[in-house]
Amino acid sequence: MDFNDSPTEAKFRAEVVEWLDANATKRDPDDTSALSMFSERESPEMIEECKGWQRTKADAGWACITWPKTFGGRGGTLMENIIFSQEEAKYLTPPNIFMIGLGMAGPTIATHGTEEQKQQWLPSMLRGDVVWCQLFSEPAAGSDLAGLRTKAVKDGDDWIINGQKVWTSGAHYSRWGILVTRSDFDVPKHKGLTYFVIDMESEGVEVRPIKQITGGANFNEVFLTDVRIPDANRLDREGNGWAVSLTTLMNERMSIGGGMGMGADMLIGELNRLAETCYIDGVLGKDSAAVRQKISEYYSRMKSMELTVNRTLSALSKGGMPGSESSIIKVAMGILLQEIAAFAMELQGGAGFEFGEDSTYGGGMWQELYLGIPAIRIAGGADEIQRNIIGERVLGLPTEARVDKGIPFKDIPNG
Amino acid sequence: MNFQFDEDQDLLRDAAQKLLGDKATLEAAHKHMDKASDYDKELWSTMAENGWQGIAIPEEFGGAGMSYLDLSVLAEELGYHYAHTPFSASIFGAAEAIIVAGSSEQKSTLLPKIANGETIGTLAVFEQSGRHDYAGITTKAVGGKLSGIKLPVSDGLCADIAIVAAQADKGLSLYVVDLTQAGVERAELRTMELTRKQATLTLNNAQGELLGEEGQGEALLDNILNRTAILTAFEQLGGAQRCLDMAKDYSLERYCFGRQIGSYQAIKHRIADMYVKVEMARSNCYFGAWALTSSEADIPEAAAVSRIAVCDAYSFAAQENIQIHGGIGFTWDANPHLFLKRMKMQEFSLGSANLWKEKLYKALANKAA
Ligand SMILES: Cc1cc2nc3c(=O)[nH]c(=O)nc-3n(C[C@H](O)[C@H](O)[C@H](O)COP(=O)(O)OP(=O)(O)OC[C@H]3O[C@@H](n4cnc5c(N)ncnc54)[C@H](O)[C@@H]3O)c2cc1C
Repeated sequence: MDFNDSPTEAKFRAEVVEWLDANATKRDPDDTSALSMFSERESPEMIEECKGWQRTKADAGWACITWPKTFGGRGGTLMENIIFSQEEAKYLTPPNIFMIGLGMAGPTIATHGTEEQKQQWLPSMLRGDVVWCQLFSEPAAGSDLAGLRTKAVKDGDDWIINGQKVWTSGAHYSRWGILVTRSDFDVPKHKGLTYFVIDMESEGVEVRPIKQITGGANFNEVFLTDVRIPDANRLDREGNGWAVSLTTLMNERMSIGGGMGMGADMLIGELNRLAETCYIDGVLGKDSAAVRQKISEYYSRMKSMELTVNRTLSALSKGGMPGSESSIIKVAMGILLQEIAAFAMELQGGAGFEFGEDSTYGGGMWQELYLGIPAIRIAGGADEIQRNIIGERVLGLPTEARVDKGIPFKDIPNG
Repeated sequence: MNFQFDEDQDLLRDAAQKLLGDKATLEAAHKHMDKASDYDKELWSTMAENGWQGIAIPEEFGGAGMSYLDLSVLAEELGYHYAHTPFSASIFGAAEAIIVAGSSEQKSTLLPKIANGETIGTLAVFEQSGRHDYAGITTKAVGGKLSGIKLPVSDGLCADIAIVAAQADKGLSLYVVDLTQAGVERAELRTMELTRKQATLTLNNAQGELLGEEGQGEALLDNILNRTAILTAFEQLGGAQRCLDMAKDYSLERYCFGRQIGSYQAIKHRIADMYVKVEMARSNCYFGAWALTSSEADIPEAAAVSRIAVCDAYSFAAQENIQIHGGIGFTWDANPHLFLKRMKMQEFSLGSANLWKEKLYKALANKAA
């Protein structure tokens, strides 16, 4: 056990810092904009800025540190990747719009794709030339993803796709999407799925924004009407889409969970600042034991998060597979942030529900965080689903009693 | 960077699991509850033969000179297996106090015997008020003679020496006190935890030998209790893990309405929550072990976050373990209550989570300054 850098890691870190200093501006430690989760609907200029930063990193060999060199990666280690992310977080960089591509689609294509498919999609994904989105959820299929009904029918060398996807983050600026469809309605639900890569500029793809509780619209509904996808864009076998989807979902939990270890000092620093300005019944926050103890508790839990992410990555870097353990980070983090944001708002008393940059305290950041958190608890597998995963796959408890087992998909009750 | 134990420590864990799995059984714990006997002497000697007591004590003072990481591994397994020995009092408490505050002469005379299990030590810091702040300490030291009442003193009935905190001319100070002398009276203090006997020590002009400088008691105790807290946190972690395992096993065994109870989400999700809390606490404890081993400056923060997280995890796991066992969980002859009671003992003997939250608040303010 050694929480410090080894000499090689320290050298690597110094190299990273040197490059970042030369190519980016250091963030003011008090600047909390990094905590912002949902911006206004992304403008084309913002997307260009994100792509620009990704390209700069790719040119210097810092994009996708763990990916093989053949696809433009660095062929580096997980630890090097962590070091880079830790340092990059200290600089002002545009938001990461590449997570679905690099964190989910990329690893899925790397696992299930042919050599040709990898060469076709991975290098441009890595360079940030194009953005990717995930067309999984549907109006009747979220937690129960395998209940999806978007239909794929083979037609010569093409497939014809009809259906509706929903909650598709970033569909409005994505060129490629990963798409799960049902190619067979007569077999049990997990058996009839087929997985594709879809060109979002294909004819018949229509993207409509959906407004969120934050007021912005970062996700969409996507209508697919007679969309043609070449068979060459199929990942893995026809009917094997569920296995491919599981690879994506596993990586999704990893990237959501793994990206959450950051920000403890910043968040708790902000909370302390509130405690130095806000009064409860005439007592300054920091003079109240109840307030101090809450802040300490939150610090301790944030620290657990950061250290658990590190511990999981340590295990992975020794050759483990991304396991269901990352569910623990996801399940613990959502509720923790929700509690922290609610507590911070409570400290603000009557100003607690002001919302906007001119809010009395913190420029509205706590309210923005508070309104954004429900997404963490729902997206990428809701808390309840994560608890099932922990219970069943990590601890070996019995699976749910199921009424849809072994029944042809078309006969399963729904509503 | 590496946030896990290494292979040698994994091997040590295997060996500890094997030994304690054979000797520190819950059946044995039940037998000890009914007896006045103070500890499992056979297990204590076996531990000594394996060099456990001295594992982190430097070689020059008779120990094995291995690291606190190794000691942490043992601590976790001791908590998991419910060992009925004065290991915590003697090693996490007294030995740490001597390592932190002792002169080299004191270390040379006291540590080798603690390391080989011949001497049992304990801490006698707090008093009847139950206060964990030092202002609650009223025991007096006049010319090296100590008078006052100390409780609870863990394993105080069987210990040979105690590290006693007392108010001297120059302020709070620490003393090594031989508990076999005439000026010391000991009586059993009744607590809910019957396998780790607590004592009340009444000191009546008892002879004490100054440990560390006179008047430096507060700073020394801060450091000692931080170290004791980290090692104890591993013991608590082991206990919490055991509760989780027991709950899981029972939920697979027990059927209701034609299904294993573990297939109901109300149970499954609660066990998942136990697991999450235990893993979170585990991460903080590892931070503690690493700080003890390699980063002195991080000890105050690491001790507090270990303690806060593990108290939370253990109380949740111990309480819900009983709930998941249903009626049988409320019976004396079943095992869950052993852990509920030990959990409370470990929580209160070093100060509850709220106290450590205050400590953390101060530690973070110091770090920021
Ligand atoms: C901000 C945001 C971004 C998203 N981005 C994308 C995206 O880019 N691409 C994409 O494909 N999807 C995306 N999603 C969709 C997301 O994956 C789903 O919302 C999520 O899986 C939940 O599905 P659902 O909304 O259908 O809720 P439901 O599945 O209907 O769940 C409703 C409630 O029932 C509970 N529940 C369901 N099944 C069980 C069970 N077996 N046991 C116990 N409780 C259960 C759930 O936990 C939840 O509390 C996004 C969602 C959000 C909020």
